[in-house]
Parts: sequence; C-alpha cells; structure tokens
Amino acid sequence: MIVVAIVLSIQTVEVIPEFLADAPEQVADLLTRMWPLDFAYYPDTVHAALMETIHIASLGTLLALVLAMPVGILAAHNLVPSTPVNLVAKLILVSSRSVNSLVWALLFVGIFGPGALAGTLAIAFRSIGFVGKLFGEALEEAQPGPIEALSAAGAPWASRMTFGYWPQVKPAFWSIALFRWDINVRESAVLGLVGAGGIGMALDSALNLFQWTRVAVILLAIFAVVIIAEVVVTQVRRRMI
Amino acid sequence: MNAPTAAVPADPFKGSLWPRVAALALIVYVIYAGAQLEVSWARIETGLENAAKFFSRLFPPNFSRHDLLVKGLLESLQIAVLASTLGIVLALPIGLCAARNLMPAWVTWPARLIIVASRSFHPVIVAILFVKAVGFGALAGTLALTVASIGFIGKLFTEAIEEISLKQVEAVRATGASFSSVLAFGVLPQVFSRFIGFSTYQLDSNLRNSTMVGIVGAGGIGGTLFAAFQRFDYDFVCAILLSIIGLIMLGEVLATGVRAIFIENATLADLFRRGSAMRRVRHSEDD
Amino acid sequence: MLKLNHLSKSYVAGTPVLRDITLEVSERGVTAIIGASGTGKSTLIRCINRLVEPTAGEILFEGADLATLNGRSLRHARRHIGMVFQEYNLVERLTVMENLLSGRLGYVSAWRAWRRKFPPEDIRRAYELLDVVGLAGFALQRADALSGGQRQRVGIARAVMQEPTLLLADEPTSSLDPKTAVEIMELLAGIARSRGIPVLVNMHDVELAKRFADRIIGMAGGALVFDGPAAELDDAMLTTIYGGQGWIQ
Ligand SMILES: Nc1ncnc2c1ncn2[C@@H]1O[C@H](COP(=O)(O)OP(=O)(O)OP(=O)(O)O)[C@@H](O)[C@H]1O
Ligand SMILES: [Mg+2]
Repeated sequence: MIVVAIVLSIQTVEVIPEFLADAPEQVADLLTRMWPLDFAYYPDTVHAALMETIHIASLGTLLALVLAMPVGILAAHNLVPSTPVNLVAKLILVSSRSVNSLVWALLFVGIFGPGALAGTLAIAFRSIGFVGKLFGEALEEAQPGPIEALSAAGAPWASRMTFGYWPQVKPAFWSIALFRWDINVRESAVLGLVGAGGIGMALDSALNLFQWTRVAVILLAIFAVVIIAEVVVTQVRRRMI
Repeated sequence: MNAPTAAVPADPFKGSLWPRVAALALIVYVIYAGAQLEVSWARIETGLENAAKFFSRLFPPNFSRHDLLVKGLLESLQIAVLASTLGIVLALPIGLCAARNLMPAWVTWPARLIIVASRSFHPVIVAILFVKAVGFGALAGTLALTVASIGFIGKLFTEAIEEISLKQVEAVRATGASFSSVLAFGVLPQVFSRFIGFSTYQLDSNLRNSTMVGIVGAGGIGGTLFAAFQRFDYDFVCAILLSIIGLIMLGEVLATGVRAIFIENATLADLFRRGSAMRRVRHSEDD
Repeated sequence: MLKLNHLSKSYVAGTPVLRDITLEVSERGVTAIIGASGTGKSTLIRCINRLVEPTAGEILFEGADLATLNGRSLRHARRHIGMVFQEYNLVERLTVMENLLSGRLGYVSAWRAWRRKFPPEDIRRAYELLDVVGLAGFALQRADALSGGQRQRVGIARAVMQEPTLLLADEPTSSLDPKTAVEIMELLAGIARSRGIPVLVNMHDVELAKRFADRIIGMAGGALVFDGPAAELDDAMLTTIYGGQGWIQ
C-alpha cells in the first residue's frame, strides 16, 4: 500500500523537467545575488525583529505550558477516571495540533490585528496540543503505587498531585517544554509571513522587494538564533538530568 | 527511644534556592517581554468583537468548491508521501555517517553540518527558496519537506545510534563480520523501532506542513487557503480547515497504526525520552 | 479499635473474593494474616482503608463506619491508619526526608507542603524516626538510591509519621532477603510494642509469622478459617489453610 501511494504520487506531481534541470543554475544565481551580505541592515531592522521572534517563541511556549497542564490532566485517565472528560480533553488537544501555527496566526491576525500578540497566541495555541498530549501521556505512565501510598496517608488531591505525580513527571515536563521551545523558535520565524510579528515580517518585505542581500542577512540571523537555541536546550537538558 | 545521633539541620530542604531564583527571573522576563506585546483592554475588546464576527462568518462551512478542495488536498498528500520517502531514504545514510560512535570525525562533521542546516529553517522558509529555484508548484514543496525530513530523522536517528549498546556491536564484530554486516546485525536491529517511530512522526509532520507550504506558492491546499483568507471568503476557509484537520487526523491514525505494528506499546513520549526505548529493550533482555 | 462486620468484596459480580468476614483487632501487637496466594489477603487489608471498595459490610474504626465515609471524612480517617506496601511505594525522585514527611500530607495544607513548609515538630520527629529505623544520615538521599531493605524502612517510617492508631502492612517482607525480612519484622513488632498499636500484617512466610505474630489469622477461599495464637497453628490447620501437605517439611 505504501509503495502504491509513492508510485501514484510520483506520477501525478508535475515535475517540469526544464525547471528541475534549471534548478542548480537558479540556486547559483540566487546565491550570487545574495552576495555581499548587507550587514549594515542588521542593527536597524533585523535585530529588533529577531528579539521579537524570541519573545514570541518564549512567551508562546510559557502560555502553552500554563494552558496545557490542566488539559493534559483532564486527558489522563488515571487522574480523571471519566472517559467522556478524557475524550473532550483529547479533542481539544487534537484540534490544537491539527491547525498549523501559520493558520492560527492568520486567525489571530484577523482578530487582534498584525503584530507580536497574534504571533504569541498562535504559538501558544499550536503548542497546547503538543505539550498537553505528551504531558498527559507522561501522567498516565506515572507509577500508581506511590500515589496509592499518599492516598492511604490521607493526602488531599492537591498534595497527591504535587508530591506523587509531579516528581514523577517533572523530568518529562521540562524536556517537553524545552523541546517545544526549540521548535517554537523555528516556527516563530515564519509567522511574520502572514503578519504575526517577528523576523518573518522583515523577511517578507525583503523578499517582496527582491533585496536578496538583505534576505541573506535575515536567513543568517535566523540560522544563528536557531543554533543558539539548540545549544541552550542541550546544555539545560544536560544540567537538569 | 535513642537520642538522635545525627545532628538535626534546621532546614532539610536546602537545595531549593535556585528554583526560586529561576522562577523570579522567569516572572521578570514575562513582564518585560509581555509589555512589548502591546496588550490593552481596548485591543482585547475589539479583538473579541472581531472574533465573534469572524466565527459567525466561518459557519456554515461552504463545500461548494469541492473540486478545488479535493485537488489541493490530494496534492498536499502527494507532497507529504514523496517528501517522506525521499527524506527517509536520504536520512538513513546521513544519520549513520553522523554517529560519532561508529564513524571517524572527518565523516561525522559534514554529515552533522547537513543535518543542522536542514533543521535550522522552517519548511516554509526553505520552500520560499525552492520556489525561487524550481518555480511555483508541488515540486518546490516536495523538495522543501524532503530537506526538513532529512534534518529531523537524521538528527534523532544519529542520537539513537549513539545510544546503542556497543556490546552487541562488538559481539558481531568478534565474529569477523564485515562493516556492512556489523551495521545490519549489530546496529540496525537496536535502532529499528525508534527509526520507525521517527519516520512515522515525520510523515505526520510532513502532512501538516504540506498543507502550509502553499502559502508561499509551493503547492498543495495551502495556496487555496491563503487566497480564501485574503478574499475574506471565510466559509470556504472553514471548509478547507475542516478538510485539512480531517486529512491530518487520518494521517495520525495511519501513523499510529504503523507504529503499533512495528513497536509494541510505544507512546510518542517514549520515543523522545532519550534512551528509554533502549532501556526497555535491555529490560526485556534481562527478563 | 477495628471491627469488620460481614465484610464482602467481589471484583466481578457473582465471584466473591472476600466472603462475609467478621473480625476484631484491638490488642496491641502483631496480627499476621496467612493464606494461599489469591485467597484475598491483600484485598482484605486494602478494604480496611478503602483502597479497595468493599461490596458489603461494615468497617468500624474509632467509632465510625469507614465503609460509609467519603471525601474529606475518609481522608481524615485514613490519617490514623498507616500502611506499608510490598513494593515500598516510595516516591523515588524525592528524598528520604520528603518521603517521610509525605506521611504528614493529611495534616499539612497542599500549599505549605509544596513549599516544603512542614511544621518543625514534624521535621524533628522525622529525624528521630530515621534514627529508629536505622537510617540516620540518609535524610537527604534520594529514595531511588536506597536498597530494598532501606526503602522498606523508609516506608515504615513514613507510615509511623502519620502517628497511626492502626498499622497495615501488605506483605512487607516478600521482596526482601530472609535476613532483611527478619529485621523488618523486628522493626514492625517493635513499633507495635513501643507505640501500643495493633499491626496487621499479610505474610507468605509461615515461620516468620509464627515467630513474630501474637495472633495469626488464616484465610482460605476468601473466608477466615483460623484465628488464634501462633502456638495453636499446627500442621493439620496449615493443611486446611493452604491445602495439600507435601509442602510441609
Ligand atoms: N483489581 C482487581 N480486579 C479483579 N480481580 C482482582 C483484583 N485484585 C485482585 N483480584 C482477584 O482477587 C483475588 C484475591 O486477590 P488478592 O490480591 O487479595 O490475593 P492475595 O491473597 O493477596 O494473594 P497473594 O498472596 O498472591 O498476594 C484473586 O483471585 C485476584 O485475581
Ligand atoms: Mg497479596
């Protein structure tokens, strides 16, 4: 079946050979037009946009963590032993994940107007599903024994959460958070293409004006931030474990 | 009862200072960064009004242009399938070359560079570049998502290989096997299930992104969606979104099915918790 | 103290695991419950603090029927019943001290517990108890760094932190080697003596039960078939409890 799908796809995607043959030449052309990089452009526009991108990613991730935790809890059957509630929570999580952050961004730009607010909300709403799903799964995998021991000691619900579940899911929670932040740094870089703030807006205008030397600077900046984010995540994760 | 022999420290929870500092720093950051979002009551009020108007215009969804819809969805599906296939095929050797425990440094460095470069840019940005290089259409989207797949699968595959138990590799090597047999019998069996996990995850992710690359002209339903958005054709937008969600859920069900066939009771969380799959394998060997 | 009246439990309707158990435990000291595997010992002990819901019957404890309690009142009743588990059930990623103090969660508000603001008196008692169970100096170790015997000592100390008036233990020694098992039983018997509380223990090891229990309860097929001092437990009785006799040396 997989093979059939691949064959069918190859046959129907219109590969215009001239274009494909032309591609290396076009890429070379693109690269020459990007040279020399317009570094003077960085301080006046790119830097601020870059910072905004990072804020969008970070605030969006934090908001998502806050919103995803209750939904993840509602989705975990061992915590909320009610299948209808679990299903509703899972539906929320699936809806959040099924809508791409760019679409969420289009939506929030429509509602709140262009800018970083729309971007932050887009990142948050897209991440709820991801964080909530993995968090809920981590909760469901928590060992029931220690929780039972706390119940037997007369611990109230909140204490069972903080003393029984939280220590068990804490490592998973933080690595999910870091993992998602890393993804969000990448995602927030494109939200500007639909007007939701960050460096994507600078990229969009440079592209529209065919200012390739500036495009190159922006791409380089994105590359640097993504690498830095990855290094940070690896370092933090190593230190946490 | 005996008198306590150990001195009783005043506070047995000394270690808890730095989380507080971190929490404080986080709060300060949220206030600082949040201030730049320019949130105001007026904005929220108009926003809520807009939202109400917007949602009332979304419904009922308008499926009348279903030929356009189906064509776009099919194209997205094709992009995803092709990009995943190409990506998996290319990520295997590249991921293998990047594994530090198997390869010398002069092989791992270029491979790692390829993986890092492929991962750094969002598929939509890569799609912009490919649109420039090969023109508008599904080919640009396919190539862009292939790059993304190489980056994602390559990275996780490399990590998985680097965590394998070298005992088994040495056991195979001790039989005097060639390098390719060492790979086939010592390395791949240990990482196979995780590889399947990453691949199905990537297929899923490619399906999602293939519905988006159209925003920059790289084929699939995304172009139709973006155009409808710009024409304020919201009931059509709603129809497109619902179809996309349907397609993605279908993809997720398929991916879960594939995982279930190859990996017993593995959740997605497992696959990303570094080494847990390996631990599970080792445990089952102990039993 | 504790009185079970006509207690029954069926997990699946129509197949009772506990049949009409009536039992009184009031004297201080160790009461051991023995019986073949699957006969319902764990079910019985877990019914007492309602970790398992009994199907019918009364659980009279400190003047209330536990079987009818719910929510807060059940939690308050549970505070007076300590429980020790076969698999220790410690929160592995918390320190020994935190595990001990989790025995106080029924008394301390969740918010204070989260900030680790336990009353100094609790902390002082925790250190004292660590000493009693032979783990002085281990307070700040993480529970997952301990051996099985050490974990069970923490488990016992956690239960005692509750200041229980009844201590339940579900096969506290089954995961331990014979020497450690004896030490753990000595500890439990010592607690029963020094605190003057009844300790109800499920056991598999008949010899260990005879050695430490003041009273032995034999179960077979979900019902009580023996109740008396260890000296009265003869081979004929053991055959009734466990069936067959080839295993008796
Ligand atoms: N959660 C449950 N759901 C259904 N049946 C159960 C459950 N727990 C126990 N049982 C059944 O109840 C019966 C008694 O189990 P219980 O664990 O009380 O036995 P036990 O005497 O403690 O055995 P062992 O000595 O092996 O621990 C068994 O037949 C078991 O299969
Ligand atoms: Mg049992």
